[in-house]
Amino acid sequence: MSNEPNILDPLKIAETWCNDGRKVALATVIETWGSAPRPIGSHLVIDEEGNFQGSVSGGCVEGAVIAEAMDIIESGTPKILEFGVADETAWRVGLSCGGRIRVYVERVDG
Amino acid sequence: MERSTLQAINAARAARRAAVVVTDLSDGASQVFLEGARFPPEWDGLIVAALRSGRAGVAAVEGRSLFVNVHLPPPRIVAIGAVHISQALAELATVAGFDMTIIDPRTAFATPERFRAVELLAEWPEDVLPSRPLDRYTALAALTHDPKIDDHPIRAALEARCFYVGALGSRKTHAARVERLGQAGVPTDAIDRIKAPIGLDIGAASPAEIAVAILAEIIEALRRRDPTGRAGGAR
Repeated sequence: MSNEPNILDPLKIAETWCNDGRKVALATVIETWGSAPRPIGSHLVIDEEGNFQGSVSGGCVEGAVIAEAMDIIESGTPKILEFGVADETAWRVGLSCGGRIRVYVERVDG
Repeated sequence: MERSTLQAINAARAARRAAVVVTDLSDGASQVFLEGARFPPEWDGLIVAALRSGRAGVAAVEGRSLFVNVHLPPPRIVAIGAVHISQALAELATVAGFDMTIIDPRTAFATPERFRAVELLAEWPEDVLPSRPLDRYTALAALTHDPKIDDHPIRAALEARCFYVGALGSRKTHAARVERLGQAGVPTDAIDRIKAPIGLDIGAASPAEIAVAILAEIIEALRRRDPTGRAGGAR
C-alpha cells in the first residue's frame, strides 16, 4: 500500500495531519437546499495555516469556510455556517448555482 | 470531534465496515457506531435508517439537533489479470474512490513493482475467492482473456450478483465464452449480464484508455443500478 493518503480522502488526510502534530478542523456539509454542489456529509479539512483538502462546495465558499475554520482551531468552539445565493452587487461569498448549504465546522481534539 | 473518533471512522472504512457518526450540533459531542453493534435505544431507528439508505442528514431527537453522517464501505473492483490495463485501472480506481484487488496466478505478471497502491494476490481466483467472497458492492473485471483464469471468477461474480461483471475479449472470444458458460449450466439471463466487449464504447485504443472505458462503465453500473436490488447488483 502507498503511504501517502489519497488527496481526495479528507478524513484520511485529517488523521495524517493530526499524527503530524498539525492543528486540524473538519468542515462537513450538514444540510442542503436546491442545487447544492456537494452532497450532505461532504468534508473539507483545514489546518492552522489554512492548508486544506476536500470540498464543501464547488469552490465557491471554501475561502470563507477556511477563514472561519482557522478561528475555530483557535477557540475550539464549533460553529454552523450558512451560505446562500451569491449577492453579485455586494461581492458577498455565496453559491452561484442558486442553492443553499449549512456547514458544520469543528476542531479535531486530542 | 475527538481524534479517536476520526481514527475509528478511518479504521472502519479500511476494514470495509459501515460506520455512523452522530454529532450533537448544540455542543459538538460526537460518537461513532459500527454496523452490527448495539445502538442507544433512542437513536436506534436513526442509525439503522442511515445504514440502510447510506444517506446523511440532520434529525431532531428529544429536543436535540443531531447530525447523522454515514460512511459506507467503498465499492470494490476485483480485476482478474495483472495486465497492462489493470495497472492503469488500479491508478484510476483509487482516485475515483474504489477499493481495488488484483488477482493473477501468473507470478511474472503479479509483481509488487507493477502494482504499488492496490492489493495484489498472486494466486488462482478459485483459491482466493472462497475466503474473500465477491458481493453486491463489488465489480469484477476479467482481463486475462484466458478461460482457465477468467471463467471461474466470472461465474462466481454472477452468482454473487456483483453490480458489474465485465470481460475482456473480442466478440468471437466472448461468443466462445458464452458457449462454455452455457454448457457449464450458467443461466442465460446471468450470461447476458456480462459486459463484453468490456468498457464503454468510446473508441479506446491504448491500455490506459481501455481502463478509462472500463471504469466509466463500472461507475455507470454503480450509479444507475436498480435501487430495489430486484434486477441484481448492489442495493
